[in-house]
Amino acid sequence: MLEVRGLTKRFGGLKAVDGLDLDVAAGSITALLGPNGAGKTTSFAMVAGFIRPDAGTVRFDGADITGWRADRIAAAGMVRTFQITQPFAGLSVAENIRVGAFLRTGDPDAAMAAARETGTRLGLGAFLDRPASALTVAGRKRLEVARALATAPRLLLLDEVMAGLNPTEVAEIVSMIRAVRDAGVTILLIEHVMDAVIALAERVYVMAQGRRIATGTPREIAGDPAVIEAYLGPGAARRMADA
Amino acid sequence: MKVYLAVAIAALSPFALGSQFLVNLAVLTAFSAYLGQAWNIAGGFGGLTSFGHAVFFGTGAYLGAILQTRFGLNPWLGLPAAAAAGGLVGFVLGAAVFRAGLRGSYFALVTLAAAETFRVLANSLEITRGGLGILVPGAPGFWNFQFLDRRGSYAVVLALLVLAMACAAWLGRSRFGARLIALRENEDAAAALGVDLVRTKTLALALSGALTAMGGVIYVQMFLYVDPTIAFGVERSLEMLLVAMVGGAGTLWGPLLGAVVLHGIADSTRVLIDKPGIAPMLYGVLLLVVIAFLPGGIAGAFRAKPARA
Repeated sequence: MLEVRGLTKRFGGLKAVDGLDLDVAAGSITALLGPNGAGKTTSFAMVAGFIRPDAGTVRFDGADITGWRADRIAAAGMVRTFQITQPFAGLSVAENIRVGAFLRTGDPDAAMAAARETGTRLGLGAFLDRPASALTVAGRKRLEVARALATAPRLLLLDEVMAGLNPTEVAEIVSMIRAVRDAGVTILLIEHVMDAVIALAERVYVMAQGRRIATGTPREIAGDPAVIEAYLGPGAARRMADA
Repeated sequence: MKVYLAVAIAALSPFALGSQFLVNLAVLTAFSAYLGQAWNIAGGFGGLTSFGHAVFFGTGAYLGAILQTRFGLNPWLGLPAAAAAGGLVGFVLGAAVFRAGLRGSYFALVTLAAAETFRVLANSLEITRGGLGILVPGAPGFWNFQFLDRRGSYAVVLALLVLAMACAAWLGRSRFGARLIALRENEDAAAALGVDLVRTKTLALALSGALTAMGGVIYVQMFLYVDPTIAFGVERSLEMLLVAMVGGAGTLWGPLLGAVVLHGIADSTRVLIDKPGIAPMLYGVLLLVVIAFLPGGIAGAFRAKPARA
């Protein structure tokens, strides 16, 4: 469904992303892992049309969407969420979600009905008429997902929806993401917390310093020396094997 | 419901007034509310804080005056012509500025510069008669769009005010308005949800410009004179912004409240303290008080809307 080839972005002399290849199969949950600063969010921003890549291509459902603007990509059916949540602070939770719903209908009442339905489905039912600025961190993460889902995407890009949540909240979000996938939405997610991803993803890509260093199932990745070194430092894999 | 009834009675009461002086105050207040609402459509709902809306006002004023004095066009037809011209200026300005990604204070400066450019042009071009300005011959009569009885002017201004309020109410309800408000709150999030930022902002500025330009035509028909400073001066731009901000930017009733309060202050001080410059000074103080204590303006203080995060 998504094919990324040779995606590259330089900021000054630094290659933030260096020749990334990545595929997401329709109906799957795919994860992009890596330590902080690996280039995950920059990759997301390029795929979703927020940053123009210096090189490489992005194909979505066979169409070359490299360099398209974010709103056009959203209309085509790929929507991202933000790691640092970006609520429309002055609006209610339902009004926030309605902005997403307006992508598929021009009728205010239909959009509001769709927004309330989506919000309720994602566990925001009690907060729909509250201001978005009054939500907790976990609530804001849900709101990010709800707004994106209200646009009826086929591919959802989730940027660290679990960061900053406690274990109970992470478990809730994990089951929420599964439910979204089971409803037919393909998911690509970024995380730097490995446990949650291992429980969730079918395929994992690992980035470090702008490059892809490993790919495979969560089980394969967890034992990959390159991955262990990326997280724990050079030589860590060998020291762990020796111990 | 009671509030609406009270507003309707207040809006219609000038028709029953015998005093032309009082009716005149009502005309000026309603006119101010109209221009404030026109500014509010881009500046309040869309957060496109313009410092140069006089560029639209002056375009309409000059177009109305020139079409009438040079080409003998009926002044009523000046209204749609000005709306088209103001909309076009807004569209072109918006397309250029928003495509270049300018926003916030950069946008404010560009609008200010645009108004100043037009002022300099009006000062030097032959068709605008330079600094002399254009005198429109007085010929009272409904078909000439000139009214000896100020209640005629009031009816016209009131009708325009209702039109501008209807536009604002539509923004509060429609998809276009929801997208405009969303991009004001957060551009990245709006774009991620499929909002075309450039298109939405450009259309909002065009709509705001069209309404503002119609105000220019009305002004010329009421005062029968326009010159570069009246048309494109900074005072006009600032008054529009002030009325909307004091009353409550991005709210339906804000500009009306702002106009009533500001004109109330200006006119009562003119009677009580006969010193020039006292009203602008009080405007400044009022703006400071509003920014410090009522970030949502007067209208914002009345409703339990959440504070901006």
